[in-house]
Amino acid sequence: MKTILYIIQKEFKQIFRNKGMLPIIFVLPLLQLVILSNAATFEVKNIKFGYIDNDHTTTSRALIEKFNASTYFDVLTDFSSEGFAKSAMLKGEIDVVLDIPNYFERDLQKEKHNSLGITINAIDGAAAGVENIYVNEIVQNFNQHLKVDLLPLSNQQIQPINIDTIPLFWYNETLNYKTFMVPGILVLLVSMITLFLSGMNIVREKEIGTLEQINVTPIKKSQFIIGKLFPFWVIGMGLLTVGLLLARLIFNVPMLGSLVLMYLYTSIYILVILGIGLFISNFTDTQQQAMFIAWFFVVIFILMSGLFTPIESMPGWAQMVTEFNPIKYYVEVMRMVMLKGSGFTDILPQLIKTVLYAIVMNGLAVWSYKKTN
Amino acid sequence: MGISVNHISKSYKNVKALQDISFDVKPSELFGLIGPDGAGKTTLFRVLTTLLIANEGTATVAGFDVVTDYKKIRSNVGYMPGKFSLYQDLTVEENLHFFATIFGTTIEENYDLIKDIYVQIEPFKNRRAGKLSGGMKQKLALCCALIHKPKVLFLDEPTTGVDPVSRKEFWEMLKRLQQKDITILVSTPYMDEAALCDRIALIQEGQILEIDTPEAIVKHYPKQIYNVRANNMYQLIKSLNDYEYNHSVYPFGEFIHYTDKRKDFNPDQLLVFLKSNQLSNIEITETVATIEDTFMELAK
Repeated sequence: MKTILYIIQKEFKQIFRNKGMLPIIFVLPLLQLVILSNAATFEVKNIKFGYIDNDHTTTSRALIEKFNASTYFDVLTDFSSEGFAKSAMLKGEIDVVLDIPNYFERDLQKEKHNSLGITINAIDGAAAGVENIYVNEIVQNFNQHLKVDLLPLSNQQIQPINIDTIPLFWYNETLNYKTFMVPGILVLLVSMITLFLSGMNIVREKEIGTLEQINVTPIKKSQFIIGKLFPFWVIGMGLLTVGLLLARLIFNVPMLGSLVLMYLYTSIYILVILGIGLFISNFTDTQQQAMFIAWFFVVIFILMSGLFTPIESMPGWAQMVTEFNPIKYYVEVMRMVMLKGSGFTDILPQLIKTVLYAIVMNGLAVWSYKKTN
Repeated sequence: MGISVNHISKSYKNVKALQDISFDVKPSELFGLIGPDGAGKTTLFRVLTTLLIANEGTATVAGFDVVTDYKKIRSNVGYMPGKFSLYQDLTVEENLHFFATIFGTTIEENYDLIKDIYVQIEPFKNRRAGKLSGGMKQKLALCCALIHKPKVLFLDEPTTGVDPVSRKEFWEMLKRLQQKDITILVSTPYMDEAALCDRIALIQEGQILEIDTPEAIVKHYPKQIYNVRANNMYQLIKSLNDYEYNHSVYPFGEFIHYTDKRKDFNPDQLLVFLKSNQLSNIEITETVATIEDTFMELAK
């Protein structure tokens, strides 16, 4: 026990003396949290909107006014012909083009229906989909008012019954993107920093040759490993604490669930990450190698964690793969506990899987750590 | 109780690093492994310090088998690898304290053993190990290897890259440690250090060429060696190499060490030959063989 304590003490001394590493541990993650949470948003805003008005009537102008009034659209240009609109879109100056045909008002009044041309830049398919919905909503809305204006009073009685849907957004009532992202980015920080640091740490001893010296001493494998990894467990928990504080103070993210539960889950989750880190360092000889392998896994784990893209929309085989992704469970748990206020029994499935993962990973890591070649 | 090595062989993929090595080191003996780089010295050290398992053969260190009793060996030996391998970002005192702790002892307990060495680096005890000079690092490493009062001390090329004064001091320290009943196995590529050992083993390409005391090894040298000197060193080597009766020609400091094939060699004949090669100020004197000469002869 005394040995472990001394190794832990030594590790902390080394961490705090490493002037290059300190900011990476404590400053970069927080910058990341602040920057990523603000920037990484899927909300489509400031859509660059252009139109071709071939009609020039009060109705067509009223329609364009509707777009102008929307906060989602920046009405930029009035194109005199389709050709100009096309080239503007090609140059990327414009994302959406509305084409109002000739005699739009006249035909609408005579024939009671008409069509509009909408062209959307769909290089980013997801954004194009959202833009389409916004455009439709505005046109629908315009349509309703138009009916009231155009149809004679007697006809109003036989108007078909409209079904209106008024959605209630539970757990994130205002659809605030940050509320959704902050817990996820917090996960990213805790995972990345602890994995990189633990992966590089034992390799570093290999690189500078101290591991060989240690291996000739009577120190036990378990003592050495616990002593080496415990400081990073502490750092991981520290990062979680600072991250939660920032989430509360800067982003005002609701924390409905119990903090104790979050810390309990994180304490086990970090064990998984440290196990992976140790496993990587057993199979590498230099810090570069360890870093690259850690990066490889982190990128895959993060992209397949449901942090940015929903797991439900992945193909079947990919959903199977995510079952083995510890970051996925952590993202789920953090969102559930923070936003939904889930209790212990709700996160029990994730907790059990994580405990199993921790046992398997650390078992493999300890087994593959050899003092003798 | 010292070290006993029996028919140890170790090969990496295509390289035979050690081939059928056998030798014994008596308790509290200062035993030297002398050989060039790549001779297999470090591999042998790694086998004896339980870092590597040999393909064949057995070995015991301080009476414990290197494979079955490796745990006991680890608490009874001190190992100082060739590369400086202490924590550069910890101070002198912290390094020493660290190694004392993981060996389950304290600095105070075995202070008398390291006292002579430690007092020399004590003024710098709050300096980080990475900031020490080469000789200081060596002393610190030795202190760390001794802190648990080992029975056997392994030193892998301890003086490589250390200045001559520190080297001399280092060997004096080893001599003192020997008095305290510590068996020492030391490897070195420097032939002049070999003479300071009780016994030495000459090792090359994974094989032991000869084991004996330095004095005896020198006596085994079969021929009379001559120091030859002239005004033009380069021309001299060339001429000697062209001389039909030469047995060996090695530059040795300011002289050439020359041996002749003939039993009844007369230096005057060589003098005549060298003069005919436009050399002047020629000097030929008899000299005694050194360990280096012996090594070169055996390695031929």
